[in-house]
Amino acid sequence: MRVEMRSRQAIGATLLFSLVTLCVLSFLLALKSVHLDVDAALLWIVLFFSAMSGLSRVFVREEELGTADALRLNLVPTALLAGKMMFNWLLLAAIELVVTPLLFIALGAPLGSTDYMLLLTVLFLGGLGLAAASTFVAALVAPASAGGVRSSLFLILSFPVLLPLLLPACTGTLAALSPITAAAGTAANECIVLACFDTVVITASFLLFGYTWGVG
Amino acid sequence: MAKILKVALLIWMTIVIWAAIIYAPPAQLFRVASLARIMFFHIPCAMTATVLSVASAGFALLFLSTKDLNFDVKSRAAAALATLYWILTTITGAIFAKEEWGMYWNWDPKQSAILLLILIYLAYFALRSAVVDRRKQALVAAGYTLFAAVIMPFLTFVLPNTTQSLHPKGVIFSSDGMDITYKLIFWSSTFGFLALTYWIYKVQTALETIALHQGAV
Repeated sequence: MRVEMRSRQAIGATLLFSLVTLCVLSFLLALKSVHLDVDAALLWIVLFFSAMSGLSRVFVREEELGTADALRLNLVPTALLAGKMMFNWLLLAAIELVVTPLLFIALGAPLGSTDYMLLLTVLFLGGLGLAAASTFVAALVAPASAGGVRSSLFLILSFPVLLPLLLPACTGTLAALSPITAAAGTAANECIVLACFDTVVITASFLLFGYTWGVG
Repeated sequence: MAKILKVALLIWMTIVIWAAIIYAPPAQLFRVASLARIMFFHIPCAMTATVLSVASAGFALLFLSTKDLNFDVKSRAAAALATLYWILTTITGAIFAKEEWGMYWNWDPKQSAILLLILIYLAYFALRSAVVDRRKQALVAAGYTLFAAVIMPFLTFVLPNTTQSLHPKGVIFSSDGMDITYKLIFWSSTFGFLALTYWIYKVQTALETIALHQGAV
């Protein structure tokens, strides 16, 4: 699975995509006062679209190069999924680590009062769910015939299944940014919802992947 | 026999429509009393759609465990009808919401959930049309159906309850929700909707099964 690590240009392109999105936002919102809830929403919008731009490559590339059938023959499906998911998660985690501080600095969020533990937890759980769900959906769109359709299809399929993740992730991020600690109770709730979502998505992916991938 | 049942259904639905629009007395506690009548169509639509969605996911599961394409045909037919009924539910709901709550769309939790459901079904059909190979199409479609099905509880139960819903709770099944006339018309309507839908579903699956076998030959 470490083959993915060799596709430097894919990693670079995805990271650059998120950086460009970030720059667009920074320029458009430069020196404007932005509410904290907008900050939180923008962060997850950037992360969502970065995931949409980069994470479908793992399976699409295999189909394009014709190596998918070799993988079908030689690998246990769950091992394959685990590898792809792990790679996507690492990639997304890297994006999160780069984008989050830059976005908050660019938008002038009050970083002094941020609850960093909570922010990291939300980013960790949110990134895990985002990567896991996208990986599974990426495997679904890989056999789609026309190459041009795939990326938009990936977005269309992912959005409804990812919204239950984006909402609590956004609320959780807001709670971490907000200086009022009264929101801590709801933040814990959001984290539990995120953790449940991750568990369900990962379990379902591993159960279903064997069927959707197995037969060539 | 089938013909008699179909004619009986026609008469049944005619009576339901007549009773819902003309016979039922205007309801109390509504801004526009007559508009409560839309509930005789809105809620049965939603119930039928729910049954169809569950059926579609069930057939998807059966398909994955048996690899029998007939189950895929059933799953797709149920999904297509579910999409139709979810859209009808949304439209009838929006008409009511405009008069009763002031706006066509209020971001009520149930409205958000239904919007996502419709998006899921549209995505489902986009996915189907993009995969040419019939077998692969069935596999990924079933995979997506079940994947969405396990995520649905987050939409319908976990998230929506975090904000206040405008929809009343427990009106249909509690004893003091509706008076007896309303209950009778309501359940008759639900039964009529289900029967009518079953009929459409039968025709649809028959047609698609023929298409499937022609493709195989």
